[in-house]
Amino acid sequence: MTLDLSLLPDGGVGWLDGSGESPDIVLSTRVRLARNVEGFAFTTRARDGERLRVLAQVREAAALTPALREAVTVRVDELGETDRLLLHERHLVSKELAGLDAQHPLRSGAAVLVGRDISVMVNEEDHLRLQALVAGFAPERAWDAALALDRELGTKVPFSFDTEFGFLTACPTNTGTGMRASVLIHLPGLVLTKEISKVLAGLQQMGLTYRGLYGEGSDVVGNFFQISNQTTLGRSEEELLDHLTRVVRHVVEREAEARRVLLRDAGYIIEDKVWRAFATLRHARMLSFDEAMNLLSGVRLAVGLKLITGLSVYTLNKLLIFSQPAHLERLEGRSLSESDGLQARARYLRQVLAAEAPQAG
Amino acid sequence: MLCDQCKERDAVVHLTQIVESAVTQLHLCEKCAAERGVETTIATPKHPLGDFLKAVQQQAMVPAAESTRCAACGMTLKDFRATGRLGCSRCYSAFEVSLRELLRRVHGSAQHAGRSYSGPQPAPWQRANSVRELNDRLKRAIEQEMFEEAATLRDQLRGMA
Repeated sequence: MTLDLSLLPDGGVGWLDGSGESPDIVLSTRVRLARNVEGFAFTTRARDGERLRVLAQVREAAALTPALREAVTVRVDELGETDRLLLHERHLVSKELAGLDAQHPLRSGAAVLVGRDISVMVNEEDHLRLQALVAGFAPERAWDAALALDRELGTKVPFSFDTEFGFLTACPTNTGTGMRASVLIHLPGLVLTKEISKVLAGLQQMGLTYRGLYGEGSDVVGNFFQISNQTTLGRSEEELLDHLTRVVRHVVEREAEARRVLLRDAGYIIEDKVWRAFATLRHARMLSFDEAMNLLSGVRLAVGLKLITGLSVYTLNKLLIFSQPAHLERLEGRSLSESDGLQARARYLRQVLAAEAPQAG
Repeated sequence: MLCDQCKERDAVVHLTQIVESAVTQLHLCEKCAAERGVETTIATPKHPLGDFLKAVQQQAMVPAAESTRCAACGMTLKDFRATGRLGCSRCYSAFEVSLRELLRRVHGSAQHAGRSYSGPQPAPWQRANSVRELNDRLKRAIEQEMFEEAATLRDQLRGMA
């Protein structure tokens, strides 16, 4: 089976559109809820048949769920590796669900239901991972979408719930609300002013945690961080969201302040750096993903500071996703060797920047 | 010398206290010292038999806790410690005591304060309903210690999964 991405609402990447609050600093906001279906062993302990029954039950319920009316079901377990990687690069499935993690081989019944702004991973670590992913800094919008989905699905599928422990999850770190709210945030100002370690240490003291671009276990590249709540039990969803919102707003202010300081004290150095980054993206013939991320980070900073105009946040977001390995293979229509990949990435970036930012200056 | 507090047993602990530069001496027996929270090396009598029994008890308790098994999915506490993931929703009651402690350490609380959930309502899903009903009957059977019936119900539930 080959994946037809054009069938997915918004291609599953509506969150790239660069709308919402502080779009140049906060790329997206996500709320995910972990749920298990009562009557089945949790995914890793379930037999193949049980996982398939979970999937069948969820699909049947989804057909009657207004929030999922437009959703497309993708059987991840029937896809080849490149397509699974493609879904992962679009942030639609986790590494574990995509079977890309050496510790967790691909499972039967692994699937994702993709709707507009929302998706449901089936047979991840928990039977269900309900997710809302929206552009910019919009925790309330993401929460509303996730809550509606949870309410609608929960009246059709029995979730495992206990009055003392809340929603029961495979890993005790998710027990209770099962909620992880996170923002994907770009913090080059704090990195350049070396304030970042203080900010990150502060997050941990306040019960929040940070990860790289792809969540758990991923490295920080291109100054992109995911900030999320660490605990899920003992506080309500609204309290957890409120706390995250206040802290992230503070981080956004600190980042804006760092950028002002950089521009004031080292304006010409910053200007030189970002223009060099832009020139490299416009003219380089070979680029690794990490290098492209770092260059895009510089250009993104320049667009935020209005040092470079005529280039949209949407284009930058798109480049971030579409210059990844599986996306390039899809674009080229063939599998790419390492050096082919480097060339394909450089070519793609040159073409998009020439077409979508011809007047950038 | 008799204990200053109970005036019955021999004083074996001699406590010098300094409170606002006033020095007081207190002579206490083992029992009264222990009641006042004074730790002494002789507070626990060294009976060889007692030590032995304690060691045996501890040995017996550790594997017992580790081998506690969830009746629904067969997972043991040892399995959970190895993988970090529970086997099914019933594991929460099977390992309730250990989990409550763990949740408290991880989240600072073991009491859910978020959204409440009462299951599918109304329930048009026949299958979901019968699973719930069987689960309820299983719970009642266990409460009333009707283990044969519980085993039958458990098998029925497994058959449906």
